[in-house]
Amino acid sequence: MPSEIYGLVIPKYGMVMTEGVIAKWHLDEGDIVNEGDELVDIETEKVANVYESPHAGVLRRKLVPEGRSVPIGSLFGVISAPNAEDAEIDAYINAFESSASSVTATSAGGTSAAVVDIPGGYIRFLKLGDDPAPAAVLVHGFGADLNNWLLNQGSVAESRSAYAIDLPGHGGSMKNPKIATIDEMATALLRFLDAKNLQSMHLVGHSLGGGVAARIAIEKPGLVKSLTLIAAVGLGREINFPFIKGLIEIDRRKDMRNLLETLFHDPALFSRDMTMGVLNAKRIDGAMTCLKSIAESCFAGGEQTRVLRSELVQLPMPIQVIWGQSDRIIPPEHAANLPKSIRVHLLEKAGHMVHMEKAAEVNKLISHFIAAN
Amino acid sequence: MPTLDQPKTSSTISSHSMQKEGAPLRRKARISYRAALGEALAQEMRRDPTIVIMGEDIAGGMGAPGQQDTWGGAFGVTKGLLGEFGRDRVMDTPLQESAIIGAAIGAASNGLRPVAELMFNNFIGVCMDQLLNQAPKFRYMFGGKLSTPVTIRTVYGAGIRVAAQHSSAYHSILTHIPGLKVVMPSSPFDAKGLLIASIRDDDPVIFFEHIGLFDKEGEVPEEPYTIPLGEANVVREGTDVTIVAFGRMVDLSIAAANSLQTQGISCTVIDPRTTSPLDEETILESVADTGRLVVVDEGNPRCSIATDIAALVAAKAFDALRAPVQMVTAPHCHVPFAPVLEDAYLPNPEKIETAVRSIVRAARA
Repeated sequence: MPSEIYGLVIPKYGMVMTEGVIAKWHLDEGDIVNEGDELVDIETEKVANVYESPHAGVLRRKLVPEGRSVPIGSLFGVISAPNAEDAEIDAYINAFESSASSVTATSAGGTSAAVVDIPGGYIRFLKLGDDPAPAAVLVHGFGADLNNWLLNQGSVAESRSAYAIDLPGHGGSMKNPKIATIDEMATALLRFLDAKNLQSMHLVGHSLGGGVAARIAIEKPGLVKSLTLIAAVGLGREINFPFIKGLIEIDRRKDMRNLLETLFHDPALFSRDMTMGVLNAKRIDGAMTCLKSIAESCFAGGEQTRVLRSELVQLPMPIQVIWGQSDRIIPPEHAANLPKSIRVHLLEKAGHMVHMEKAAEVNKLISHFIAAN
Repeated sequence: MPTLDQPKTSSTISSHSMQKEGAPLRRKARISYRAALGEALAQEMRRDPTIVIMGEDIAGGMGAPGQQDTWGGAFGVTKGLLGEFGRDRVMDTPLQESAIIGAAIGAASNGLRPVAELMFNNFIGVCMDQLLNQAPKFRYMFGGKLSTPVTIRTVYGAGIRVAAQHSSAYHSILTHIPGLKVVMPSSPFDAKGLLIASIRDDDPVIFFEHIGLFDKEGEVPEEPYTIPLGEANVVREGTDVTIVAFGRMVDLSIAAANSLQTQGISCTVIDPRTTSPLDEETILESVADTGRLVVVDEGNPRCSIATDIAALVAAKAFDALRAPVQMVTAPHCHVPFAPVLEDAYLPNPEKIETAVRSIVRAARA
């Protein structure tokens, strides 16, 4: 019987990634690997991420040296059961390489965002995967856009369709400053779900998007099979208002970069591309007016205006809450004192962008939770 | 002036006339530099009725009944605009550059917001009075009472075998003149955002489009957006060397930086995007980190933007420098017609790599 051999391939983070750089190998050939061990750091122009081993075994081959850039879908290493012969490993690599061109072409193929009309405007979204299981819908936070899920959407889409959307006033969605409260944004998203004919879905929301997702679940509990709230608004009053203000007012790259580092436990993960992404989004016509209007509505007087806690605890669908313990935007204490039926996961060494900083862990939490419900 | 064969135009441009005001465009996310420029013009013309465009053959070619709107300028950028905006706002002009630029400047100082097209930057000589002694001085000489919100789009650069009178890169000459802004987009994203910012700017802007970039594709948001004039783009971050590159030279520098990365040399690539105003701070901060500078520019080297950046760093970041500043530019001669000589004339990734390696070695020795 042939030995177990696993190929490690460069994953695709987000829409536009075509190549990844192996920035650092954490292990040597011959090392024992457990599932979830940190294997390599992969950098793209968008983001740097630790790639954790999807399998247990022995690291047999490091095929790409540090500093080398290779296309997504490329084989960069091989893990196997300890008893696999070298000849078997070589045969595996040869077989992979002979079929590699087609693999790369498929995985590099065009996934790009689309726009759908809703009454009163339009919503931009990116759909990945098309399993018939109830879809997942991912809702980003204030000042962000659907690219915020670049480390998560692919994982969620392995078992179903995953939609990442741009909230009104954000990214490529409608710029209407009259859609400013959590309730108004929830209404717009309900229209999006209607336009895409989604009648049953799992909602995942981060920060302001968590509040919007919660509001949808409250308004239309029948639509929502499960609700994952990540560092969400709506569970308490406190919010880092100087951060919100800075996000609106700052237009210099360096100042914006300093501000955005507040989002992370480890600012080293932070890329220049994220800074430019935020600045570029603000420079779309109408975006600034919308951001100001949303901030004035949702965070009037420097605190959260819409607390949904009492309604949330009565909801029928399963709910989980994920928070980074070093969150400097919304305090992780907001996850305290929730009923036992709501599962709370506090992740160490993670800030407000816990779904980026601890992508593998958060992806697992989301996938297991959705699969169980 | 010799005529060129009509270049291929992108089909995405012809969709202009189908867009309703305020409606989002529904097109693919990646579009060409040419299409990005056309989209910027169309969206701005929808927003602001004082915007008019003028130039040679930008509508449909002079006196060509039945063939209107087939040309869209020498490079197809304005194709589709005549159908949507009509001849009052899309004006074919006589073959007389001094008149095009003069009329645009006059209109700009009297309430319109014209975008004029100068087919090649080589023809700038005949409109130099307008660009040297008139438009850039109005605000200054009339005590701030007059602004001249004109954008002059022009094509520059070598590499497509059109010889000395259609291939030069004269952005440094315009950068020399106070009161003009000079813009050099290197990507479709920058082309759209910078052109919209240029049109909305209340001062005269010279907008340099590289002849070799029109078919380059990239992601461009559908909605109108701006990029501030005077903000450099740090295209790539590295630790050993700062490469400052303009226009088409940015892609060549990225190619060189990627190759150098595999040799263990890590480069920052900065695209200033505008030569005037110049984002000095971003360049100086980067050189403070890396200690080494290579400037890459397609223009001739004497009294150029390359020497200007070298002087800036020598004057303000001398203490940070660990090696001599290197420049990779065209030589001090005209663009040759012989293909092999034209290729030799232009900067390329190999020349950039050689320049970088020369100062990294020097510093490590």
